[in-house]
Amino acid sequence: MEMQELIVSKLKENFSEAFISSSIYMGDLSVNVDKKSIVKICTYLKEDKEFEFQLCEDVTAIDWAKTKNRFTVVYHIFSFKHKFRLRIKADVDEKDCNIDSVTSVWKTTNWQEREVYDMFGISFNNHSDLRRIYMPEEFEHHPLRKDFPLMGIPGSLPLPKK
Amino acid sequence: MGLEAQLKSDGFITTTIDAVIAWSRKNSVWPMPMGISCCAIEMMAAADPKYDIARFGSEVMRFTPRQCDLMIVAGTVTYKMSHVVKKIYDQMPDPKWVIAMGACTSTGGIYRSYSVVQGIDQFLPVDVYLAGCPPRPDNLLHALIEIQNKIGKTKGRDFQNIPLPELPVIQNN
Repeated sequence: MEMQELIVSKLKENFSEAFISSSIYMGDLSVNVDKKSIVKICTYLKEDKEFEFQLCEDVTAIDWAKTKNRFTVVYHIFSFKHKFRLRIKADVDEKDCNIDSVTSVWKTTNWQEREVYDMFGISFNNHSDLRRIYMPEEFEHHPLRKDFPLMGIPGSLPLPKK
Repeated sequence: MGLEAQLKSDGFITTTIDAVIAWSRKNSVWPMPMGISCCAIEMMAAADPKYDIARFGSEVMRFTPRQCDLMIVAGTVTYKMSHVVKKIYDQMPDPKWVIAMGACTSTGGIYRSYSVVQGIDQFLPVDVYLAGCPPRPDNLLHALIEIQNKIGKTKGRDFQNIPLPELPVIQNN
């Protein structure tokens, strides 16, 4: 419990302009932050001796299908020192569909960010190798967006000739 | 009169070249194990001593398409994978046959989705569709027997004038 309060108070203290809100669901802490400071906050959480969030377990995104702040990029990070898991969320607008890459903090996020780019079309600034990871490179759509039909767009994925 | 008794009395039998070739061809079908997902486990089980695909002359699973005449497509074929499957099929020498093993390969199965080909007959000529998710090894043996029956009815002229596959253009980047 005190770990959750400590993280919220430290983030509020050090990143007052970037910290938006925090919530607890099923005993897990989530913090909403401004996307402009995502690299600074992640670096702080990883390198500060009090937290040491050394592992980034997952980077994913949510498509809310709304006009303002359509996407939310979600990071799940874990601290071995405290056996504590934290969720960081950053809203991304469709008109300005990019966020800074955190590969400089955790190298493992390289492929996870490629997956988010492939499935949602959110591009990551300063990413070393931003290519599609699942779909063919010439594919033009982003399958996990809510406006993408379940059975795909006919003709968008070529089949070999019979 | 059986074949052996006939040979003992006369020393020879008469038949057609087509019949001999079809008979020998159907009893040594060499499969190309195109194992893509879980159906491949059942395909491997068909080769074990319990089911023993060797009884039908198909125990040599060749891992090069150039030595195979039956492609067992065992697993979910995605659009991205379909080009690989087709490329391997093109490398197999004629005459060749295809088994679509399992629900995913035949129809897309549970993967009613943008990324999975809804039936490999959209780009391959399939001879036998095999139901099941996954099919049991004895189902695969049944499909193999069906293929053997099909091969047994072929004649040499069926395989003349088969057009060569269109070779892919390799571009050096």
